[in-house]
Amino acid sequence: MDFGLTDDQRLLAEAARQFLAGESTPQAVRRIAEDPQGFSPELNRRIAEQGWPGLLIPEAYGGLGLGILDAAVILTELGRALTPAPFLSSGVLATTLFLSAATAAQRRAWLPRLASGEVTATVAWLEDSERFDPAGIKLPARKARSDQIRLSGAKLFVLDAQVADVLIVAVRSKRGVGPDGVSLLLVPRDTPNLELTPLPTIDRTRRAYEVRFDDVAVPRSHLLGGEGKAWKHLARMFDVACVAIAAESQGGAERALEMAVEYAKVREQFGRAIGSFQAVKHMAAESFADIEPSRSLLWYAAWAQQAIPKDASRAASMAKARLGDVYSRVANRAVQMHGGIGFTWEHDIHFWFKRAKVNELSFGTPTWHRERVAQLSGW
Amino acid sequence: MTGRRLPGDTARMDLSFSKEDEAYRQEVRAWLRKNLPKRETDAEGGELTLDDPRRIANAKAWQRKMYDAGYVATGWPEEYGGHGASILRQSILNEELVLAKAPTLIGMMGIQMLGPTLIRTGTDEQRKRFLPKILTAEELWCQGYSEPGSGSDLASLKTRAELDGDFFVVNGQKVWTSTAQFADWMFCLVRTDPSAPKHKGISYLLIDMKSPGITVRPLVQMTGQAGFNEVFFDNVRVPRKNLVGNLNEGWIVANSTLSFERNMLASTTRTQQLMSDLVRLAGRRTRNGGKALKDPVVRQRLAELEIQVEAMKFHSWKQLSDGIHGRSPGIGASINKLVTTELNHAICAAALDVLGGYGGLAKGAPHVEDRGVWPIDWMFTLGMIIGGGTSQIQKNIIAERGLGMPRSA
Repeated sequence: MDFGLTDDQRLLAEAARQFLAGESTPQAVRRIAEDPQGFSPELNRRIAEQGWPGLLIPEAYGGLGLGILDAAVILTELGRALTPAPFLSSGVLATTLFLSAATAAQRRAWLPRLASGEVTATVAWLEDSERFDPAGIKLPARKARSDQIRLSGAKLFVLDAQVADVLIVAVRSKRGVGPDGVSLLLVPRDTPNLELTPLPTIDRTRRAYEVRFDDVAVPRSHLLGGEGKAWKHLARMFDVACVAIAAESQGGAERALEMAVEYAKVREQFGRAIGSFQAVKHMAAESFADIEPSRSLLWYAAWAQQAIPKDASRAASMAKARLGDVYSRVANRAVQMHGGIGFTWEHDIHFWFKRAKVNELSFGTPTWHRERVAQLSGW
Repeated sequence: MTGRRLPGDTARMDLSFSKEDEAYRQEVRAWLRKNLPKRETDAEGGELTLDDPRRIANAKAWQRKMYDAGYVATGWPEEYGGHGASILRQSILNEELVLAKAPTLIGMMGIQMLGPTLIRTGTDEQRKRFLPKILTAEELWCQGYSEPGSGSDLASLKTRAELDGDFFVVNGQKVWTSTAQFADWMFCLVRTDPSAPKHKGISYLLIDMKSPGITVRPLVQMTGQAGFNEVFFDNVRVPRKNLVGNLNEGWIVANSTLSFERNMLASTTRTQQLMSDLVRLAGRRTRNGGKALKDPVVRQRLAELEIQVEAMKFHSWKQLSDGIHGRSPGIGASINKLVTTELNHAICAAALDVLGGYGGLAKGAPHVEDRGVWPIDWMFTLGMIIGGGTSQIQKNIIAERGLGMPRSA
């Protein structure tokens, strides 16, 4: 019985933390957040040098051949540093789809370039209903010629589309609302008649886009995996996405608490550090008592994705729901512990506070996931 | 760090038990199935009161039976009557006992609290005299710590012990003393040097409850049970050799006992059991014409509890692994106590919500559900939040020792 990170995973975390402490300082994060494009090519290049884009990709294709728990370790550090980089969208979500759905030829064509960071990908699957079940996928894949598909419609909440070289788009090859008939199409970002519109959110550290397809032509050979049989890949990707967001939230919550405690130890009022007042101590203690068990829940959910498939979905929803609430509550308390300056743009804490909320709301709110947990528990 | 990995390393997280440990679990389970005592009930089908002589006799017999089978104090060193069992084996045994709803051992105070203290700090004579009878429940122990004026601020205690030749003469009062009404002995914190700073003038004494000058007065809890007592000391003479550890060093001895108590109070298996009882209840009860368990609001509330219960389950696995592999527990005991006791109370509160008006019915009332256990457990779990270090004290400890925040003025 050994529940926890391996020594290698601990080392991975330490190295990631050190790297990000240098490359993704709060000042750097703020600069990128305030930048119109919202990413730094230099930072993305340095991250690629770490090998992280290939973390999940088998060594045979130039990747690190690691698992979801290892990805969660990196995501926790990225969430802690609030790094604006496409690791979640490309290195985890799009890569998971590739690994799950791609043919052998597609793996050879794409995986090495994804692993090296030469190519970045993202996933376009949600539409205006923001449904996470097959009925949410309506964008029709019209057969124009025997070798061509044409797309007209829109996708929402496409993460990091502005840096992605290719989008994996979820479409309907056959009419219906069920899983049967859902396909995945690889669409290069520079395909004609594909338009990106920024969807600015209160969280400027991660960018989301609306992608409009105005009769976009895509070769049939760009189908990722079997036509009409792609839902199961998306379903798996969704569970991985829940764990990935939860991992970011775990790191962010830890950092938000740290910042608040550091501040409370030095800020003085009434002749003493405000951290010596019980009310403030109890806020900190409650946050700590939240984030210790949530980390164990996260580790289980990450590990279960590959090790306990029967419990993967339930565990993913538990982690997503819990970390969504925990990070938001911890960040809220952290802002309050900073007093008035916590409310300013100039102080850093609001960046974590906003990421907490957007993480809570994305890929299913805690309320949505709690119902999923109830269903998957057989209630 | 890039590319330097052994294949299969990612699967190192290991939730399996060895064949031998699994076999042990099955052996315990089978033994319990065969030997668990029948619940003896009163006229209304409820539990016997704590000081009912039948209950005490049954409980002692049960502990004796468990001891003979090798299931008492398995973690104690073999030379003192234990089995030197690993943390993992002890956990497996504890889990199976909870799952089988086995009665808590009546000698738990001695086994979990005093025994390990004597093993660590007692004299050989004390160990020989007291340890065997702790194991067989031949002698039962209670804890004399809190006083009317010293609860959270335990170190301010005032029960005085003055040396008179070979005896301490004890005067004062203890409160919240669970099981004092039938305990044979008490391990007691007393003030032996009133002039020293409060933590440095305390001693740890073993007191025979049959000593002249001791009066025990039961205190009734809001549950209606006389679950604890006041104990008065009027010139009670205690042999000097009943001092554990050095004179005026009792606070150090007591602190080790307190951390055992925090772990004892927080059993995640019990929480899981309460949760599954709640789910079963919601599956039986109705709301607006349908099963309560199908009501969306009930599902939200129960799912939230279920998620927190599962998180604590995984967290207990992590802490167990840390213990097995020699990693520091940090502030874990305080977090467990804080979170688990509040979770237990929240589960009971949710059950009362599911029961609606039936939730207030007392044991014996017509139409009562689950023998009226839910409102009683709802009250009892509030007592558990307060006892063993209140939630507010746990938060102070977490903030100070876990986060390094300054002590309050």
